[in-house]
Amino acid sequence: MDRAAIIGVGMTKIEKRKISQTFADMAWEAVNKALTDAGMTLDDIDNVVTTSSDFWDGRTISCMAVGDASGAAHKNISCVEGDGTYGAFYGMTRALSGSYRTTLVTGHTKGSESVSSLITNAAFDPIYERSLGMDMITACAMQARSYMHRTKTTAEQLALVSVKNHGNALKNPLAQLPMKITVEDVLKSEMVADPLHKLDCSPVSDGCAAVIIAHESVAEKFRQKPVWVRGVSFCADSFFFGDRDLSRARSLAQAARKAYAMAGVHDPKKEIDVAEVSDAFTYQELLWLEEMGLADDAAAGKRLERGEFNLDGPLPVNASGGLLSGHPVIAAGLYSMAAVVRQIRGDAGGFQVQKAKTGLVQGVNGLGGQSHCVWILDKDK
Amino acid sequence: MSDQFQGIEPMVYQSQINVPYSWWAGDTATRFFVTLRDEKKITATKCGDCGKVLLPPRKICPRCFTENMEWVKVSDEGTLLTFAVAGRPFAAIPADKKVPVILGLIQLDGADTALLHYLDGVRPEEVSIGMRVRAVYSEVRKGTIRDISHFKPVK
Repeated sequence: MDRAAIIGVGMTKIEKRKISQTFADMAWEAVNKALTDAGMTLDDIDNVVTTSSDFWDGRTISCMAVGDASGAAHKNISCVEGDGTYGAFYGMTRALSGSYRTTLVTGHTKGSESVSSLITNAAFDPIYERSLGMDMITACAMQARSYMHRTKTTAEQLALVSVKNHGNALKNPLAQLPMKITVEDVLKSEMVADPLHKLDCSPVSDGCAAVIIAHESVAEKFRQKPVWVRGVSFCADSFFFGDRDLSRARSLAQAARKAYAMAGVHDPKKEIDVAEVSDAFTYQELLWLEEMGLADDAAAGKRLERGEFNLDGPLPVNASGGLLSGHPVIAAGLYSMAAVVRQIRGDAGGFQVQKAKTGLVQGVNGLGGQSHCVWILDKDK
Repeated sequence: MSDQFQGIEPMVYQSQINVPYSWWAGDTATRFFVTLRDEKKITATKCGDCGKVLLPPRKICPRCFTENMEWVKVSDEGTLLTFAVAGRPFAAIPADKKVPVILGLIQLDGADTALLHYLDGVRPEEVSIGMRVRAVYSEVRKGTIRDISHFKPVK
């Protein structure tokens, strides 16, 4: 099979409220940063994939509105509704299709401009469920309790994820919420949806990220040393909440298995050097790590306590600060991907980890992790 | 950003997307809601291939991808699988519900999947996973999921 690589990344700073930038201004900034990073001009981009959500944007056919700012005028542009990792997956398949050599992928969200609870409530089934008033936070609170009940993971262990990731963000100038906090601070913060405290939850954020994906025939023509895609897969579980075992993420285990198989990874615990995973809520980092085989079942909390996911641990997780430190929903997976790309290139700055040959990126779509997209990226082809 | 924008007052435009929708419930959900409204009974569909009883009822078994379904009545008693306690009046929560609102996943006896609904008549600190609960029907029923008022612990 032909190979693809990520050859440029660009991100705006993640902020609570970007009043000086429209969503298009953010896209323009991220795209230009990615082009500069890659040493490319717009003429070198064959096609564009945007990632957006009509509800978060407050407009219909939102993908068409962001095209101009993504440099897509007169180019083939297509759109994915969902997390940025899914946009990147589509972008990669286009670069591998033979029709294009390079794809620019963007993802943006301005969470500050609407009401998250109403948007995520509208993801529930309108006939059987929506009128009850569930939203992403109450849905994930249910999942958190289910996971904690099955695995005996404690509120303190959840809190430690928040302490670690906000602490890591102190070294990432793009992060929205760099904070030196304690487990006690998390446990004393407002109980927004029991068992989730305010500091167990990611914030509302504005931001845009862009990545450039190239076919192997052109991947080495530009400024950056390419970061190779060794494996990638996504899988989805049942839509209805009550059809799933919420304490698990079957679709993630499946996606990870397929991505590892494609990448030739046999022992992920040993072979993955660095990971950026979707930590929209603290428990998710632990649950996802277990489902991906990066911790034994019900044992991620203990690995965390031993410092094994710290910046200087054997498997740094969310060294960038993760989504707990800034969560532009649709762009989230592209930020995670860009962070791993920078780790592998050795230019992650303050949050650079010591060994970063092989990295893992995980993106999530749907309520309580209905669908997961897993990437294995590598320094070597 | 370039200097030319320095000192400019940022303007904010208030707006909303307000589009009425009519969701046709389809024959499966219609039958479920009519039975709930008129007979105060909770019904589900059972897949003739895998034998799973699906609640809320589906016309197609998502696992077997078959239309080979029959109607079965399930108990209005069941087990609480997990729950969340909304401490904030999130925007999505209906105006008639006062926080703390307890939302749960309830697996009714006879069903293989769980139903999302409220728990009430119990203090949040008294709720636990595995608790037995029973449906309380609304006085006025209109053929919606809220024809079940809430679930309460079985004493």
